[in-house]
Amino acid sequence: MEIGSPPSGNIITTRLDKIVNWGRKWSFFCYPFVTACCGMEYMSTAASHYDIARFGAEFPRFSPRQADLMLVVGTICHKLAPVVKLVHEQMCEPKWVIAVGACACSGGFYRNYSVVQGVDRIIPVDVYVTGCPPRPEAFLDGIMKMQAKVDTESMFQRRN
Amino acid sequence: MAEKNPTIKKLLAKFGGQIEVVASPFDKMDTVRVKRESILDVCMFLRTEDDLDYDLMRDLTCVDYIHEKPRFEVVYHLYSIYNGHEIRLKVRLEERDPTIDTVTSVWVGANWYEREVYDFYGIRFNNHPDLRRILLYPEFVGHPLRKDYPIDREQPLFEERKETKGVR
Repeated sequence: MEIGSPPSGNIITTRLDKIVNWGRKWSFFCYPFVTACCGMEYMSTAASHYDIARFGAEFPRFSPRQADLMLVVGTICHKLAPVVKLVHEQMCEPKWVIAVGACACSGGFYRNYSVVQGVDRIIPVDVYVTGCPPRPEAFLDGIMKMQAKVDTESMFQRRN
Repeated sequence: MAEKNPTIKKLLAKFGGQIEVVASPFDKMDTVRVKRESILDVCMFLRTEDDLDYDLMRDLTCVDYIHEKPRFEVVYHLYSIYNGHEIRLKVRLEERDPTIDTVTSVWVGANWYEREVYDFYGIRFNNHPDLRRILLYPEFVGHPLRKDYPIDREQPLFEERKETKGVR
């Protein structure tokens, strides 16, 4: 069956979405954009103690071209903003973004000349994980929220 | 006592009216206030005179006394590795004309310190070889460590920069 054009029978489309989303949500290729202390929590989450591999996301790719889930982990300053934008643009569709920690969500306690007040001013964010820094459990909860969101999407939608 | 310091004795003998010994009650370090016009001569003298030999510029920074006139104070911390003595120089600058001569011809290491002071306080250094922002980015508006820079002012967001343009 050709993937580019939707087949006429609705029942088949639904099942195809389901199976594709099932594959996508259990095999996130994370790009960890780690800039600050939340990165320690990510390392803890990714290592064996909390074991992010239970969610199929254990394989961080350090090239955005090989990743589909961008983790913005830490403070983003104005000097770095164009780089975040560039990295996000380099990722292929489908792609998702999780903002981890208070700084990435809203600027956190940095309300000054240098810090961007939330990474959603630069790139679209799907899931926000709160905490300063968030515990690994919160991180895993964010991954599960992301899985739930991916499950609702259709593979024929272009997201960004 | 500051007047017994051989460096200050030599400075007073050579520069006289250009300098003034000031108290530094916080750390008791010998401190001299220098007029803006003669800072380069004083630094060159301290660096080249045989038994002074201030070969290490430890620090160069600025203070913004917003309620005083003159408003800005550029501070130099100098040290002689061979002799082990140290001195602090202070230069006051007016708000309407915050310019001073560079000392990069005396100590090459002053280059980046002066760029930092320019970046955060907007002090301009005459004849500096490369006076650009060093920590902030070129599109930044204003000088954030001045006391009249609002603490929560947001900068305009730049999503693209010249050096990343075309890198796709």
